[in-house]
Amino acid sequence: MNNSVAKEKIVSLRKKRSLEDMRFKYYGFTAMCLSLAVLVFLLYTIFSKGYTAFQKTIVLLEVDYNQEVLKLTPDSSDEEMEKGKFFRVKKQAIENFFPDLSKSDIKLVKKLFSINVDKEIKDYFLDNPEVINTKQQIWVTAHSDVDQLLKGNSRRDVPEDRRKLNDIQLSYVDQLVEENRVKQVFNNFFFTKADSRHPEIAGVAGSFMGSLFTLFTVFILSFPIAIGASVYLEEFAPKNRITELIEVNISNLAAVPSIVFGLLGLGVLLNVFGLPRSTPLVGGSVLALMTLPTIIIACRASLKAVPPSIKEGALAVGATKTQAVFHHVVPLALPGTLTGTIIGLAQALGETAPLIMIGMIAFIPNIPTGLTEPSAALPVQIYLWVESAERGFQEKSAAAIMVILIFLFMMNAIAVFLRNRFERKW
Amino acid sequence: MFFWSLVLIAVGIFSSFIYGRSRIKLNSKKQGTKSKSLPNYYAQYVLMWCLFPALIVYFSWAIFQEQIIQNIVISNFEFIEGAAYNEGLLLAEIRNVANNPSFADGKSIEIINAASHYSSLRQISQISFYLSIIIIMLLGALYASRKLKPEFHAQHTIERYIQYILIFCSSVAIFTTIGIVFSLIFESLRFFAEVSIFEFLFSTEWYPFIPIREGQTAAEGSFGAVPIFAGTFLVMGVAMCVAAPLGLLTAIYLAEYASQRVRKIVKPLLEILAGIPTIVYGFFAFVSVAPFVKAFGQSIGIDASPTSALAAGMVMGVMIIPFISSLSDDVINSVPQSLREGSFGIGANKAETIKKVILPAALPGIVGAFLLAISRAIGETMIVVVAAGTAPNLTGNPFENVTTVTVQIVVALIGDQEFDNPRTLSAFALGLVLFVITLFLNIIALQIVKRYRERYE
Repeated sequence: MNNSVAKEKIVSLRKKRSLEDMRFKYYGFTAMCLSLAVLVFLLYTIFSKGYTAFQKTIVLLEVDYNQEVLKLTPDSSDEEMEKGKFFRVKKQAIENFFPDLSKSDIKLVKKLFSINVDKEIKDYFLDNPEVINTKQQIWVTAHSDVDQLLKGNSRRDVPEDRRKLNDIQLSYVDQLVEENRVKQVFNNFFFTKADSRHPEIAGVAGSFMGSLFTLFTVFILSFPIAIGASVYLEEFAPKNRITELIEVNISNLAAVPSIVFGLLGLGVLLNVFGLPRSTPLVGGSVLALMTLPTIIIACRASLKAVPPSIKEGALAVGATKTQAVFHHVVPLALPGTLTGTIIGLAQALGETAPLIMIGMIAFIPNIPTGLTEPSAALPVQIYLWVESAERGFQEKSAAAIMVILIFLFMMNAIAVFLRNRFERKW
Repeated sequence: MFFWSLVLIAVGIFSSFIYGRSRIKLNSKKQGTKSKSLPNYYAQYVLMWCLFPALIVYFSWAIFQEQIIQNIVISNFEFIEGAAYNEGLLLAEIRNVANNPSFADGKSIEIINAASHYSSLRQISQISFYLSIIIIMLLGALYASRKLKPEFHAQHTIERYIQYILIFCSSVAIFTTIGIVFSLIFESLRFFAEVSIFEFLFSTEWYPFIPIREGQTAAEGSFGAVPIFAGTFLVMGVAMCVAAPLGLLTAIYLAEYASQRVRKIVKPLLEILAGIPTIVYGFFAFVSVAPFVKAFGQSIGIDASPTSALAAGMVMGVMIIPFISSLSDDVINSVPQSLREGSFGIGANKAETIKKVILPAALPGIVGAFLLAISRAIGETMIVVVAAGTAPNLTGNPFENVTTVTVQIVVALIGDQEFDNPRTLSAFALGLVLFVITLFLNIIALQIVKRYRERYE
């Protein structure tokens, strides 16, 4: 009798315990799924907000290239054509955009077009000078407000005073849609232009080039120094206080907040050495110092992975230590060091705060062509667009994030490829 | 200047190498003895003597030329009696005029004179730069060529030089640390010369307000950093509330329960989470999480501000999940298998083993991981710059707008950077605090983790 009660107790206790076990496992599973769900949600947010930026809205505009208005003749030289009065042609085209526009209406219509329209009208003419004295139907870029409205990013059901476009402008846009005088095409500006105050003609080309120049500087500086440092620490350094100090130093540097490196760049590189502000040269130097510990740690791991027998073999046939290391160990460790460097570069690519500190946050409307020219960088560009009040910049920032993520993905893919292709298992 | 001088140096390297090689072959033929080392080592020897002095000249010229020229121009500038000058603006103006003659219209004669002085100095500097590089390279090669004798051990010397180069490479890390410490301390001392250190550390009013009116310079406003520290810890606290349970439970699941296949899929995914740039998290916080927090706050009757500690902290927590989970995963995996087997042997099930045996055994390592995560959270910049506020606010309510140390550093340095007012300098004082705290946390965490490893290895 007593025995069966005890047995029952044990069974129920065991049930409870295994239930507890299940529950605990379930907690862990939920936590893991939650973390991954956030990742998915994050990527979803970015892609759903960003993909519209790859399209722009264009409007069909009838332009009359009248020679009187242009102050040109059919046989004007190229230089004269450059100076043609295209703004007058544009003004006329907008006045005739809809029939019977009053003066105040014209002002409203004008705001439907991008600031870039003057240039587009001019470029069209310079490409086809034979159109003089003809009427041409040209697709020109619409203003960001129209663009956002048609993409559904800005709402039309809010009160008029809180909208960018008022009721009259809305009716114009609707009329355009009805008459098929507006359409969406691939946004080439996003990939060919630098930053701009006007969202519809802002692009990532400038900041992308800035980032490339910065990464180039990082690579040139950090790769040789990291290899030198890790070869020394791994192969030559005597075991003493100084070596230990260097090692502790490197592991602590790896954990210093990136913004502090920005302060270093500002305090030393800009103020003491007087290097030019806002340039990839300075940005790259700061990021190189920042990623150096990461790369050194990776390089040392791959040097360590080379079996000592190889070095010993070289030493046995009479090579000096330097020869053994540089002719045999380093080449074998090279794929690993390259992988580590690429991962370090990927880290440097996403870094924003140090670049802000050294002034790469300035508004740069043209594409940089060298290391010592002021330029932006992709992550800083994203920051500038996120902070911007203009609605059209939000999709741009998401799209720029997509660009940077794809860039990062490719770098990591190269690193993985290098590792799988060249890394030897001993 | 940049490009052509590099070409010049490249030509120098190439010709010195060829010269060294042919010269030693010639010399050893003349003496009829074999050289002690291979000809290439002699060539490398000449090359090093040609290259390194030239590089030193190159870099010192690049760094100091502009400053020296500016000092000469300023010291020769004909100041008008009584007029006030701002040296930086004046220099900028002179440079502009010198670089772009069309700016000269309407400028005073002194400035135009100074600009022409500036351009002529630049030209002189340019020419003497090229000349000195050529001369230094020739001198180096000349010095080295005297040693090009067959009895000279070129290889030994080269290997010694390589050692020096390697030592230099590894000391870059030390120089970086020294640079960080000195620039932070130097600028902070300038800050504390104007603002008392007690005010900075203990006062609760942070208004780095600088009146711009003339005659009223700097030093107005108050610099009590307590609200900033409080905001930093509030955001960090929220982040840890999210990251600690999620990260730790994920690590436990991956280490103890998950099959090999799940581990293989999930670990790289978590690494993606760790590799996403922080500005992307900032965007996410700003666009998705902050509006959600605001709506949530309104639904329970709290007036949440559009940029809140909660939104920034939650996203920051997501950012450090992979950090905690991978560190804890390592720690849990390094608990010896015998402990698990002992626990299973006396009849405990998995959850009991984890809770009563593994976690206590792994505790020091997990604490270390948490400390590293905290230091990461405190130093994080972009999420808080975008999603937390900029106004100092001494509050414990996570729905309110707070500011952090990193945000204030960015805010202080984002505008014009004149280095003579305490507002700009305050960034360095805050940076010093940040550096000291994170360094302290790291040293402790690394010590704990190291001791823990030693215990089980």
